[in-house]
Amino acid sequence: MRVRRSTTLSFGERIYLPGILKGMWLTLRHIFRAKVTLQYPEQKWQVSENYRGIPALVRDPEGRTKCVACYLCQWVCPPRAITIGATPVYSNVEKGPETFEINMLRCIMCGYCEEVCPEEAIFLTREYELTGTSREALIFGKEKLLQIGGIRPDAIRKWAHK
Amino acid sequence: MSETAVVKRPVGDPYGSSGGDEDILRDSLFTTRVDEVVAWSRKNSLWPMPMGLACCAIELMAMVGPRFDVARFGAEALRFSPRQADLMIVAGTVTKKMAPAVKKIFDQMPSPKWVIAMGACASSGGMFHSYSTVQGVDEIIPVDVYIPGCPPRPEALIAGILEIQKKIASR
Repeated sequence: MRVRRSTTLSFGERIYLPGILKGMWLTLRHIFRAKVTLQYPEQKWQVSENYRGIPALVRDPEGRTKCVACYLCQWVCPPRAITIGATPVYSNVEKGPETFEINMLRCIMCGYCEEVCPEEAIFLTREYELTGTSREALIFGKEKLLQIGGIRPDAIRKWAHK
Repeated sequence: MSETAVVKRPVGDPYGSSGGDEDILRDSLFTTRVDEVVAWSRKNSLWPMPMGLACCAIELMAMVGPRFDVARFGAEALRFSPRQADLMIVAGTVTKKMAPAVKKIFDQMPSPKWVIAMGACASSGGMFHSYSTVQGVDEIIPVDVYIPGCPPRPEALIAGILEIQKKIASR
């Protein structure tokens, strides 16, 4: 298809002013529209309930680590961010995590660990604004993960009387 | 950089944490020393070099857009010429094929310069345990701030820029 365009500019196009005024009129209209900017450090984003932030371990209401070091999350983790070292933590339970490290720099917050966990011991939090100045600072150990996760009550209190 | 004659600090205590008149001056004025004024102006006019290599660059663009508006922190002038930039934001997977280009662009930036490794791939290789991927951009250039996430939210990137500003101010 042939498009025919005039090669000569009209008087209005040659003096540029109508074009400039049209642009400025658009800018002026935007001044009176609703403001969309989130004033971030002071004003936070409304995080949805099912947001996938950084993963963390949780304790049961008795204050025990729910993790039994079954290695499923370590096995399923696509970027291999989780490293577990197992040991009998409580005398009457076969295994528990002696060390539990998540490399937050590897973690892609996919939620496979939460999905696969048979003990409901690992959850993705709603934390989304983590930064660090070194790689070591962003490898979170067991204590730190438990501190982030906190206590998560559930209906089945498996070890309550053991 | 030399001190102006306004404040005389004791020898061996160049940053004057000993209290007294000096601290009062430091709190009320920012023109007490030349390097503090320079650091103040540097931290409030960071010009990022958007090293966008993968999907993190989309969040980088969102950070510059009206909703998150990094212009509030003076870092909205994204420069595509490394000679005009002083903060490199490595956003995305650095492949071994791209690594020489990243290194060259970093070397072309004028000092002082800072680097943010944005996202899992740039920080540590992320899920690409691969022969073709650099396992973290800090293997080739020095990184100041790491931001985990895949990709991180624009807020996390703004938090990283605030971290860089804190670092510049404390030099």
